[in-house]
Amino acid sequence: MAETAEKEKKVIIDEGLDTGARRLTPERIKTVYNKMLGKAMGAKVRTYVDTCVHCGLCSDACHVYLSNDKDPKYSPAGKVKRSLGELIKKKGNVSPDFIKEMSEIASTECNICKRCAMYCPFGIDVAYLMLVARRFCHLCGVTPLYIQATAHSHAATMNQMWVKEDEWIDTLQWQEEDGREEMPNLRIPLEKEGAEIMYSVIGPEPKFQPTLIYNAAIIMNTAGLDWTMPATPGWDNSDMAMYTGDNEIMGRVKRIHFETAARLKVKKIVMGECGHAFRSVYDMGNRQLGWKMPPIPVVHAIEFYYDLLKSGKIKIKEKYKKSVTLHDPCNVVRGRGLHEKARYVVNQICENFIEMYPNREHNYCCNAGGGVINCGPPFKNKRVVSNSVKAKQISDTGAEILITPCHNCHSGMEDIISHYNVNMHTKFLSEIIYEVMEKPETAE
Amino acid sequence: MNTPDTFDVIYNFVSGPLVWVAFILFVGGSIYRLWKMLALVNKKDRFIYTYMSLSHSLRSIAHWIVPFGTTSWRMHPVMTVATFAFHICLLVLPIFLAGHVVMIAFSWGVSWPTLPAALADGMAVIVIACCVFFLVRRIVQKEVKYLTTPSDYVLLLITAAPFITGFFAYHQWLDYRTCILLHILSGEIMLAAIPFTRLSHMLFAVFTRSYIASEFGGVRCAKDW
Repeated sequence: MAETAEKEKKVIIDEGLDTGARRLTPERIKTVYNKMLGKAMGAKVRTYVDTCVHCGLCSDACHVYLSNDKDPKYSPAGKVKRSLGELIKKKGNVSPDFIKEMSEIASTECNICKRCAMYCPFGIDVAYLMLVARRFCHLCGVTPLYIQATAHSHAATMNQMWVKEDEWIDTLQWQEEDGREEMPNLRIPLEKEGAEIMYSVIGPEPKFQPTLIYNAAIIMNTAGLDWTMPATPGWDNSDMAMYTGDNEIMGRVKRIHFETAARLKVKKIVMGECGHAFRSVYDMGNRQLGWKMPPIPVVHAIEFYYDLLKSGKIKIKEKYKKSVTLHDPCNVVRGRGLHEKARYVVNQICENFIEMYPNREHNYCCNAGGGVINCGPPFKNKRVVSNSVKAKQISDTGAEILITPCHNCHSGMEDIISHYNVNMHTKFLSEIIYEVMEKPETAE
Repeated sequence: MNTPDTFDVIYNFVSGPLVWVAFILFVGGSIYRLWKMLALVNKKDRFIYTYMSLSHSLRSIAHWIVPFGTTSWRMHPVMTVATFAFHICLLVLPIFLAGHVVMIAFSWGVSWPTLPAALADGMAVIVIACCVFFLVRRIVQKEVKYLTTPSDYVLLLITAAPFITGFFAYHQWLDYRTCILLHILSGEIMLAAIPFTRLSHMLFAVFTRSYIASEFGGVRCAKDW
């Protein structure tokens, strides 16, 4: 675990960044600067930049800094210094190569996890500044290729994975059919107007992990809930445009999501185990549309399972035997305070729960979220190497199973586990719930 | 009547009109900076008002103004002790120093309790020692060094100067008249610098902390300490 990104550093080639920088001119940078920063700078950016006293207390909050032999350029304030700080200092008079570098820093060296805001005595929100930097790069047309492709998918199809409408419906019906072998009356109700719950997922679920939809269907049916899924675009709650700084697309994606829920006249939206999607629906996308809080109540899977277990709608046949530890995803823990509910759920379904340290709001980031994993293969090595601190944190628990109630965390942790040879497997809560719950209508 | 010598002219200027200038710059500048910030919030970031929450702000500030009241403070014990000792002495000493209170009483006829001389002396040493600590930290600790700009050293000097000169003047080391003159002058520079340099964290910290506390408490239902 002693290796660092520096040692492993090869020149990372990203076509999106290269092409974008090649097309960019200093004049365009200056235009974007005048439009977004300069005299147009908002109070948040202005005050943060003016108030930081360069004390360095944010450093120890950052997994990227800690994992790279405490290289100061990876500290939260160090990353601002190398990107937005320099841009503002030079009043936008920077080269296209600088913007390329800034895009790489903001998009791949920061997960927008906001851990550092809890370590800065002034509460300076470096994550926000990194989003401002990403927005700037977006307006300059310099964004990593893979995440940009994802944002394009959002723009064109209103889902993250270019899933076509018939494929979506087909996938749900396929899962329903499969589910009926286990539970003969199982339904995945499509377009049920007036249902209590609209269940929404992220694009990768129908694309790569349809069993998660299957598990959700089993849970919904067992609990006897009045639920539905939309058959139209608007079913996907994910949002990579939020992380490329494409606020306009973020707004469109969230609008269709909320409007679909409104059209179906549901009382609430229940979401699968995804963190960034929750952030988009609960915190950022709604604001882009002018809503202080989501216009329709949004319930993350953790809270949903908590309610089901607490109310006895789901009963546990036999608790999960293997030892488990829990990773607190930033977007639903620092982002929604679901850590105690997550622990309730874990303790209800598992026999042997081992805490990792630090935990709850202070948990280390997975280094996959915030769109970093979505920047794809060019940055994979850097991403995994830049989170040795996480590998140590999880392996110190000695648990066999790592529960990660978030898609990005889940994928990021799998990469970390395999890179550092940690003897552990990742699981979603729903996978364990599915395994240990009582299923009343089991077909023989 | 003797004509005043050059020193008296300078002394009278520095301890008379310049004091007013310094206080006007400090008070006026602070009001100006805060007003500018609020005007900018009104113009560009009105959403901030939507999320501001007094209870969450106070809850967070209560943790942050207590030494070791937050995880961050507990992780950096030496820095925590230094920064609290420094800030407390920095604020309390000039206001309750007998020498200062006497002058106010002499001019305006109002006075308030003062610090015992030995305590005041000790507090000055603490401020100076902390400034040395901050300086060493800036030079030695690589994550701090990386962030440090020349202006950080200047600010440290501006902050330390009134205490160093005051300490020298009180103990009548070197030339008393020069020390007291430099003391008044450096105090004025520091006051005037507060609104216009990063010393303005004195004005803004409460707002930045309150805002993130409101976001964490009100929206994110999480602690920020």
